[in-house]
Amino acid sequence: MSKPPQDRFIGGKQSYESIDRKIGRVVLDQKSHPPIWLITFAMAFLLVQVLGGAVLWLLYKGVGIWGINQPAGWGFDIINFVWWIGIGHAGTLISAVLLLMRQQWRNSINRFAEAMTIFAVMCAGMYPLLHTGRPWVAYWLMPIGPNTLGMWPQFRSPLVWDVFAVSTYMTVSALFWFVGLIPDFATLRDRAKNKIVQVVFGMLAMGWRGSVRHWLRYETAYLILAGLSTPLVLSVHSIVSFDFAVSIVPGWHTTIFPPYFVAGAIYAGFAMVLTLAIPMRAWYKLKDFITDKHIDWMAKVMLATGLIVFYGYILEVFFGWYSGNTYEIAMIKNRMTGPYAPFYWSLITCNGIVPQLLWIPKVRRCYPAIFVISQFVTIGMWLERFIIIPVSLHRDFLPSSWGMYIPSFWDIAMFVGTIGFFIMMMFLFVRFLPMINIFEMKELWQRQQQAEHADHADVGAGPVPAHDAAGAGHDKENAQ
Amino acid sequence: MSHAPAAPKPHGLVAEFLGPGALIEAAKKTRAAGYKKIDAYSPFPVHGLAEAVEFEDPRLQWLIFIGGVVGALVGLGLQAWVSVVDYPVNVGGKPMLSLPAFVPVLFECTVLAASFAAVFGMLGLNGLPRPHHPVFSVPGFDRASQDRFFLVVEAVDPQYDSHETADFLQSLGAESVHEVEDEE
Repeated sequence: MSKPPQDRFIGGKQSYESIDRKIGRVVLDQKSHPPIWLITFAMAFLLVQVLGGAVLWLLYKGVGIWGINQPAGWGFDIINFVWWIGIGHAGTLISAVLLLMRQQWRNSINRFAEAMTIFAVMCAGMYPLLHTGRPWVAYWLMPIGPNTLGMWPQFRSPLVWDVFAVSTYMTVSALFWFVGLIPDFATLRDRAKNKIVQVVFGMLAMGWRGSVRHWLRYETAYLILAGLSTPLVLSVHSIVSFDFAVSIVPGWHTTIFPPYFVAGAIYAGFAMVLTLAIPMRAWYKLKDFITDKHIDWMAKVMLATGLIVFYGYILEVFFGWYSGNTYEIAMIKNRMTGPYAPFYWSLITCNGIVPQLLWIPKVRRCYPAIFVISQFVTIGMWLERFIIIPVSLHRDFLPSSWGMYIPSFWDIAMFVGTIGFFIMMMFLFVRFLPMINIFEMKELWQRQQQAEHADHADVGAGPVPAHDAAGAGHDKENAQ
Repeated sequence: MSHAPAAPKPHGLVAEFLGPGALIEAAKKTRAAGYKKIDAYSPFPVHGLAEAVEFEDPRLQWLIFIGGVVGALVGLGLQAWVSVVDYPVNVGGKPMLSLPAFVPVLFECTVLAASFAAVFGMLGLNGLPRPHHPVFSVPGFDRASQDRFFLVVEAVDPQYDSHETADFLQSLGAESVHEVEDEE
C-alpha cells in the first residue's frame, strides 16, 4: 500500500528527530525568526494601543461614543462579536470534528487553528462585555446570586444562553488546547539547552513522561473532549443565531439561521486559517508539514461551506417572497435597493461569486490567489453580519421610527484594535509555543512510513537492527 | 538518596529501544516471561502497546460520564429553582418550568462539567503534576519524549532480579539497559 509522494501529509525526508527539530526550532532558537516577525508584531502592538485608547474612552464616556442609536441599537459591537466568534469556529472544527472523522491531515494545522480559536474568542468576548456599558458589573450576567439587587438571570432569554455558550466555549477550547500541548511541552523541556526554558517548559509539562498508562488515558480524554467540542461548537453558533432568530424583527426571524450561521462560521474560519497558514509556512519553512495538499483541501472546505452560505442567501430571499408578509418583503427590497444596497451586493460578490474561482484546480495551487480569495471571504462574512444586524434594525415595522446606522470613529478604532490584538497574540503564540503538534506529527509520520515500507516498521528511528524484524512483522499486520 | 550509605533500593530496570514495533514486541515477550509490573514509555501514543503490557483503565470514561450527569443536573436544577421557586417571572404567560427554553444552558453545563472531568480526571489518574520520577534519572531518558522507546520492569515485580532481568531485557534486543534507584 505505498502512496505516491504527492499524496503524503508530511513531505520531504524526515525522521523523528527532524520533526522535533524543525518544529521545535521556531520556539527554542529565538534567532531563527525572520525580521517580518518583528515588523508585523510592532504594527499589531501599535493597533493594540489603539484598542486600549478606544476602550478607555468608552469606559469614561459610555457607549454613546459609538454609532449605535434608536432604532439601530446593535452595530459594530454585535457585528464584530459574531464575526470574531465565527472565525474561531474553524479551529474547533479542525481540531475536534476532523479528529472524530479520523482525518489525519488535520494534525499539522490543528494546534495553529486552536490558538486562533482562543484569540478570536477573546476578541469576540470583549464586545458584548463592553456593550453592556458597565463591564465592571458583568458578573450580573452569571447566576451568582442573589447579588446586591437580589436578582437572577432570565434563563428564557437567548442572551443568557449566549453567556453560557460563549464562556463554556472559551473554557473548553482552552482546556483542549492545553491538553494537546502537554506532550509537546515535555519534548521542548527535553530539547531545551537553556536552563530557564527547561524550567518553564518543565513546569508546563507537569512531569509528563509518556508512559503507556499516561497515553491511554490521554487519548481517552482527548477523544472525549473532541466528542464534547463538536456539538459544543455547533451549539455556540446556533445560540448566537438565536439572539436574532428568537426575536420578531424582519430579517432575523428565520429558522434557517442556526445552520446558516454555523456554515458561515466555518467558512470565515477556514479563510482565516488560510490567511495565517500561507505566510507562516513560508516564513518558517514548514512546507513539509503544511503541504500543498493541506492548502488544497482547506480551499475545498472553504468552497463547500461557501456554497452552503450562498444557498442561505438565496433561501432568505425566497422566504421573504414566499412568506407573503409585507414586512419581510420590504426587508428584502430594502437590502437589495435601500440605502445599504452596495453592502448587500458586495456581500454577494465576496461570499457568493469570488470563491467560485476555487473550483479551478490551478487557482487552488496559486497561493497568492487563495490568500486574496480568503480576504474576500473574511470581508464578505463581515458584510453578512452588517447586513443582518443594522440593516435589519434600521427600518422595521413603523416608517416613523426608521433611521440610519453610521459607525463612529471609535467603532472603527476598536475594530481595528481587536484585529491588532488578534495578530499580536498569534505572533506571540508562534514564537513561544510549538505551532504544529509535534507528537501527532511523529505518530502520523510513523504511520506514513509503515504504509510506505510495510517491511520496515521502525525505519527512521536510526539504523534498523536485525532483531527488529520480529517487531516489524507485527506492525505489518497493524498497517493493513 | 546519595546520603544513604546502605545499598539504595532499585526502582527497576529500564531498557531502551529504537522503534515502536520493537517496543511492542519486547513488551509482549516480557509479559510472556511472567513479569507483571512493567511500564513502557514512548514519544507518541503507540497503538497496541497498552494491550501488550495488558493495561486498561475504564475509570476515566466513567468519571467523564459522571461529570456530564452532574453538570446536567446542576444546570437543570439551577434553572428550575431560579425560574420556579426563587425568582419566578411571568414571560408571555409561559409556564414557569419552561423546559425547552432551559435546554441550551443545560447543554452547556453538561459539556463544561464533562470537559473539566476529562482534563482533571486524566491528570489526576496519571498522577500529574509530578515534578520528579525515578525514570527521569535514566541516562538518555530525555529522548523518551523525542525518538526513543523505553520498557521498564519495576523492582516490585516478584520475578525481579537485577542481573537475570537485565540479561533478559538485553536478549530482547535493547540498545541499553539501566537500573535506576527509587526515590526516598
